[in-house]
Parts: sequence; C-alpha cells; structure tokens
Amino acid sequence: LTTIMAVEFDDGVVIGADSRTTTGAYIANRVTDKLTPIHDRIFCCRSGSAADTQAVADAVSYQLGFHSIELDEPPLVQTAANLFKQMCYRYREELMAGIIVAGWDKRRGGQVYTVPMGGMLVRQPVSVGGSGSSYIYGFIDSNYRSGMSKEECLRFTAEALALAMERDGSSGGVARLAAITEAGLERTVILGNQLPTFFSA
Amino acid sequence: MNNFPETCATKQLNSVTTGHGTAITEIPTSLRPNRSGKKNRLSVDMALSHVFETPVSGFNFENSTRNILLENVLDEGKTKAPKPLKTGTTIAGVVYKNGVVLGADTRATSSEVVADKTCAKIHYIAPNIYCCGAGTAADTEKTTDLLSSNLTIFSMNSGRNPRVVMAANILQDILFRYRGMIGANLILGGVDCTGNHLYRVGPFGSMDKVPYLAMGSGDLAAMGILEDRFKVNMEVEEAKTLVCDAIHAGIMTDLGSGNNIDLCIITRRGVDYIRPYQESEYKQRRQEKYKYKPGTTPVLTENIVPLELELVHEMVQTMETA
Repeated sequence: LTTIMAVEFDDGVVIGADSRTTTGAYIANRVTDKLTPIHDRIFCCRSGSAADTQAVADAVSYQLGFHSIELDEPPLVQTAANLFKQMCYRYREELMAGIIVAGWDKRRGGQVYTVPMGGMLVRQPVSVGGSGSSYIYGFIDSNYRSGMSKEECLRFTAEALALAMERDGSSGGVARLAAITEAGLERTVILGNQLPTFFSA
Repeated sequence: MNNFPETCATKQLNSVTTGHGTAITEIPTSLRPNRSGKKNRLSVDMALSHVFETPVSGFNFENSTRNILLENVLDEGKTKAPKPLKTGTTIAGVVYKNGVVLGADTRATSSEVVADKTCAKIHYIAPNIYCCGAGTAADTEKTTDLLSSNLTIFSMNSGRNPRVVMAANILQDILFRYRGMIGANLILGGVDCTGNHLYRVGPFGSMDKVPYLAMGSGDLAAMGILEDRFKVNMEVEEAKTLVCDAIHAGIMTDLGSGNNIDLCIITRRGVDYIRPYQESEYKQRRQEKYKYKPGTTPVLTENIVPLELELVHEMVQTMETA
C-alpha cells in the first residue's frame, strides 16, 4: 500500500511518504502525493484505501478550518489528531485508513500523532506506517536519536523510505518529504535514481 | 465587490447501515470555508448552489430486494436478470500546451457480443469540461449526466463557469457515498480560468490529478504508449497523435475495445469534438441495400373509420396581470 513516516525534532516535524498507488498489481498512479495539508502547519500522511483517506482528510480539514476560524487562532496538532481519531474509530468497520498526523503549533512545538487502522491515537516522537513500515522498524529503532537537527531528520527519513521502497512491492516511485516549522513549510521530492542506496544482493 | 460564490464543493460522509441494523448518524452537509477566511453559518436544510434537495442519508437497497423477488417469480429462479452492459474500453487523456485532449474507442460489449459499435464514451459535462467513462455503461452515463446537471445549476446560481476541480469533487462525493457499487471509472478533463486540468476519479471515490492518463480494460497498452512519448507542453497535433496512438494500442491489444476512435480537444477558445477521428480499418461496406421495397407485403383489405370527436366543455380562464 504505502510507506509513510514522521519524525519530531526541536523546532518542528519532518514527514515523508512514497508515491505509489496500486489497484491490485497495476500501479494506478506512480507520482501520488500522500502528504495532505490539513491546515497551514498541520499535515497528514495517508495510507490504506485512497478513497477512504481522501474523504476523511477532506472532512477533517473542513472541521479543523471551521474550528480554527471560530477560535481565531491556529489549531493545535492534538485537535487535528483527535478529529481523525474520532472519525476513524466511529467508522472503523467501514474505513481502511492508517493516518499519521504531524505538524507544528505554538503550545507544544513539533508533534507526531499516529492513528492506525482501528482508530487508536498515540503520540510518538517517530512513527512509521503503511505496508512498507514492517521492513524498517529495525532501522528506525537502531538509528533514531532524540535531538536531531532538521537536516539530520530529513536524511534519516529519506534513508528509511529508500529502504522500505526497496523491499516493499507496494511502495515505490519518488520520495516526497516535507519539513514543517514555525517559519513555514518546505517540500522536497527525491526522484527514484537520487534516493540513497544501500547494499543490494 | 468581491462576491465569493455561495458554495464551494461540499463533502459529506453518509451513514452506513451494517448488517445488524446499527445506523450511524450522518455528518451534516456544510461548507468548506474559503481562503479569505469568511465563514458562512448554514443550517443543514439550506439548499446547495448545485443541487435542489439535500440527499437523504444512508443506503437504499429497495432495488436489490426487488431484483431478488423478480428472479424468484420468473420461472422459479431459472431466468436471470440481464447482465449490465459494460464498456470494456480504452480511454486516455493528455494535458498539452494549450489545453486537454481526451480520446476513447467506441465499442460497448455485453459479455462476448459487441452491443454498440458507435458508443459515445466522451460525455459532455460543461462547455469547458468533458469526461471519458469506463466501466458499467449505465453508471458512467447517469453519473456524468447528474454531474452535468449539477454544474449547470451551479453556473446559473453563481454566474460563474464551473471549474474542473469542482466537477472532480462532486464526482468524488457521489461515488464515495455508494462505496464502489457504482462502477464508474472516469477521466475528467477541462480548461478553466486556473489552467488545463486532467483528473482521474475511481469507482470508490479516489481522485488523482495527473498530466496523462489511460483507463479501461485496454489501459495497460495505452499507458505504455503514453509513458514512452509523453512530454510536457506538447503542441496540439503531437498531442492528438499521441492520444490516437494510445487508443489504437488499446484497440489492437484488448478484445473489449475496438471500432472507431473519438477525440475531444478542449482549449480556452472552445471544444473540438471529432467523432470519429479515425475509423476502424476493419469496417466493411454493406453489400446490398436491405430495405424492403414498397409492395413486398400485399395489402388484402382496407377499412377507414373516421374518429368523431365531440366538444364537451370549453372554459376560458383569464390570467390576472398586475
């Protein structure tokens, strides 16, 4: 299905995803953008059914936008994550959606919340999701350190995505990264032949 | 002075009744706030600018039960309901420098038989938006008609030309609500004030914005041609040749696609719907005229009965004018 990932660092978060959507064995879109903006400084990484996650993300971005206008303040990442959790849990039987919510707000800085299938909500400093995540848990556990800088986080995410895309058939294409901080948003795309390379048998 | 339209596209997650009858309440229809941050407080009952009534929540399975009943009544289940007409298609679309080119074959199949050799798969949505449909013929036809009506109402209400992204969003709404039961795979292409756009909408309600696209049973062959020869900002003749070749590859490789190739070129200036762009090289000429000559059936008797009408009641009602 996908590989998605999000990492917290001091001033914000770095999120990343692959770009492959498949219908069975056919790649329907090899340049998908799975990093969806929910608000100015809050993004979600979508994995699972494309239709379900697009619909949920649209509904939540409406609700969050409305809430933010009522409050006259930028919304909290925790609020966005809770909105996702409420929807994913209530419709858990009908939806197939694994979502990572990540962003920056003034109260708690960079935060990553994971809402896997079933509708759990938990905050983690680093989180991976999708079918390709199984292949990189070891890499994440051994290579993550707290207190990394933005550049280190970007490199860490790119390497993790490259490893997952190499091993998982349902992940591939280009690697899309985004860094969200108070100052704003930087999006990058790493093409297939520019991904970090590792040993291959 | 800046009158933002009353509505943008809307989203709603309708309720789903599970097998045990536990209905889940619907999230009420409401607006997405637009970029300037203006908010519109709406009640649930307010009419949207592109539909007359807010749709009822939940599923309606009346037709399924009726079909089962009919099958049981007719010959104790031996007669099956007719299979839906599937299009088994090759459709393709390409964004080029000045607009969008859409292409489709013209074969509609009902299992192994070609039901329609000149099926029109490029549907009109708006003066600047056209949609190619693959999948179940009835579903694509009805969904695109519904979309076209909604967009016309929107244009009349707001005085604006519809945008391609709005058409894609409305399609996404409709198809997601029916959770894949409507077998419509659509390529939506058009030109509006924001540029040239091409969208794919899947039967489950997923949407992708892409520069080139092929769908239908012949999409693998067509995609091969497109992946090889697509370039950004092509000229119109190159784009037309590319789409035509892509559909041709689908026709040659796939049994469900065939006959003629239709093209539709959409630019800011207007639409060029070329039907057919290329006729099938295997089309045969009719050997003879198959009409019956007058006098083939002999007339035995002729009986003319005048129909007498009697004026029973006449009433003139004057219209009150102010």
